[in-house]
Amino acid sequence: MEPKDYLPFEKEIYEMEELLARLESAEGGQGGVADEIRRIRRELVNLKKKIYGALTPWQTVQVSRHKNRPLLMDYVDLIFDDFVELHGDRAIGDDRAIRCGFARLGDFRVVLIGHQKGRTLKEKQECFYGCAHPEGYRKALKNMRLAAKFRLPVVCLIDTPGAFPGIGAEERGQAQLIAVNLLEMSRLETPVVCVVIGEGGSGGALGIGIGDRVSMLEHAYYSVISPEGCAGILWKAATETSKPMAAEALRLTSRDLAKLGVIDDVIPEPLGGAHRDHRETANTLKTYLLRYLRDLRHTTIKDLLEGRYQKFRRMGVFETGAWANGVVGGTT
Amino acid sequence: MKANETKRTLAKRGVPEGLWIRCPQCKATVFRKEAESRLNVCPECAYHFYLPAGGRIAQLLDQDSFEEWFTDLSPCDPLQFKDRLPYAERLRAEQAKTGMRDAAVVGRGFIRGRPVIFGVTDFAFMAGSMGSVVGEKLTRAAEEATRLKLPLILVSGSGGGARMQEGILSLMQMAKISAALGRYDKAGGLYVSILTNPTMGGVAASFALQGDVTLAEPGALIGFAGKRTIWNTVRLELPAGFQTSEFLLQHGFVDRIVSRQNLRTEVANIIDYCEHG
Ligand SMILES: [Zn+2]
Repeated sequence: MEPKDYLPFEKEIYEMEELLARLESAEGGQGGVADEIRRIRRELVNLKKKIYGALTPWQTVQVSRHKNRPLLMDYVDLIFDDFVELHGDRAIGDDRAIRCGFARLGDFRVVLIGHQKGRTLKEKQECFYGCAHPEGYRKALKNMRLAAKFRLPVVCLIDTPGAFPGIGAEERGQAQLIAVNLLEMSRLETPVVCVVIGEGGSGGALGIGIGDRVSMLEHAYYSVISPEGCAGILWKAATETSKPMAAEALRLTSRDLAKLGVIDDVIPEPLGGAHRDHRETANTLKTYLLRYLRDLRHTTIKDLLEGRYQKFRRMGVFETGAWANGVVGGTT
Repeated sequence: MKANETKRTLAKRGVPEGLWIRCPQCKATVFRKEAESRLNVCPECAYHFYLPAGGRIAQLLDQDSFEEWFTDLSPCDPLQFKDRLPYAERLRAEQAKTGMRDAAVVGRGFIRGRPVIFGVTDFAFMAGSMGSVVGEKLTRAAEEATRLKLPLILVSGSGGGARMQEGILSLMQMAKISAALGRYDKAGGLYVSILTNPTMGGVAASFALQGDVTLAEPGALIGFAGKRTIWNTVRLELPAGFQTSEFLLQHGFVDRIVSRQNLRTEVANIIDYCEHG
């Protein structure tokens, strides 16, 4: 990896890795070097555990946006045996920020829907860095309905900074298309499995995020607003001090969401983050997806929809009981 | 919040107070009592001023017909959210200012003799944003409307959409209320959504735009992303009238723009058309 590819808090890891590489290439004569190499390898594992076991929320956000983090289309290559992309939204155009299509995952035929952020500059510009327009949400729903018609499970992989905030997006009904998706996904008559693989940016994520299982990769985040947006509103500007404060306040890490009862599982990433080993990340993701699909395979549609309804019905925290004006209180 | 700070905030939000109010549209100075006698509409230019939940109920529902439900729900602070002010303190200040526990009021009432389930979000309470209490109340309203087979009328006014201070739980309220409205729809219920100034973000992207019939008051700000966010992203001047009721009508996302004085009659008429016969 180029030095510019690593995040500030990963510096020590890379320095130690460089040292290790130097020793390994120099290895030959003295027996002492082999011992030293073993020692550094052990230390490196400990260092990664230490750093990655205690990421701050803002560091987690940075990892979720790491330039080498696996993207939707990497998973398509690594764990789906086939991908027949379906481009049309039947109204406006082909939004490259949301990809849909038939895919095979193990023994399952599924409809895969996900955000694609792009790797190269050209790809990124083509899909607005993973920020979908109304067309993308319309396309997603069109293909979810197709899935339901043939009882194919839907797999949604979420990775977006948010729905695109632009003039055209508003003219073409960004809020309307997301609203429709939320309502229709909540009652879609086929299993729906969602995983946040990187960024879970607000309504843009939720727009393909209602399912029977909702999980997150370990270092993904999922939030009502981006840390930058939150910092801009509450601290008047998104700065290097306010962004970490906002990330902390929002409780946006996978562990936070598990604690709040919003997600089913935290899907572990390789030591040091998904960007260090795409294949291992993909294999773990595949294991979880297959488990969900097997779990849901024999559930009747009636039970499935009831379960999905209750899953979201439970969400939220409030108090009930007597109230004196101006005092938050009462019994839970 | 200090008293003078409250006053400033109210003034900034265009909430009528004092004897005179200044119309943000035509800049006329209007006698407050006169505006109130005209349903909080500017007598000079018909600008629709902010209307609190109580005023909305009084204008839209038959006199004394409203029975408020789920009044025991109070917000709490599940995230221990803290910015410059802890959320718990912010809530207390908003409650003291408005006399409300949270931004939504729901219940049952009558519109020209027709029974309805009714809900409204009040912009004065944390900009009408949706946290757990708002989401729960609206969801219960939709569930009761399903159970009682009654029309559902929701009036939305929310500047912020999903409430930041309850984090992901606020986002999930969008899912929760959408699911309840999905069931209500499937059961054949009529949902009339009334959009008022402003209806933005996660509120627009959920219940506000899931109506069978979507009405909007004239001149309301309605949209997904805030203007500043859009400008920061695209750096283009926004077209005149961008994200207004009229803009949404022109682009096909609102069925009718209805001025406040006609709202009750129009809603009653729509209910009559959709009555299962
Ligand atoms: Zn005026």
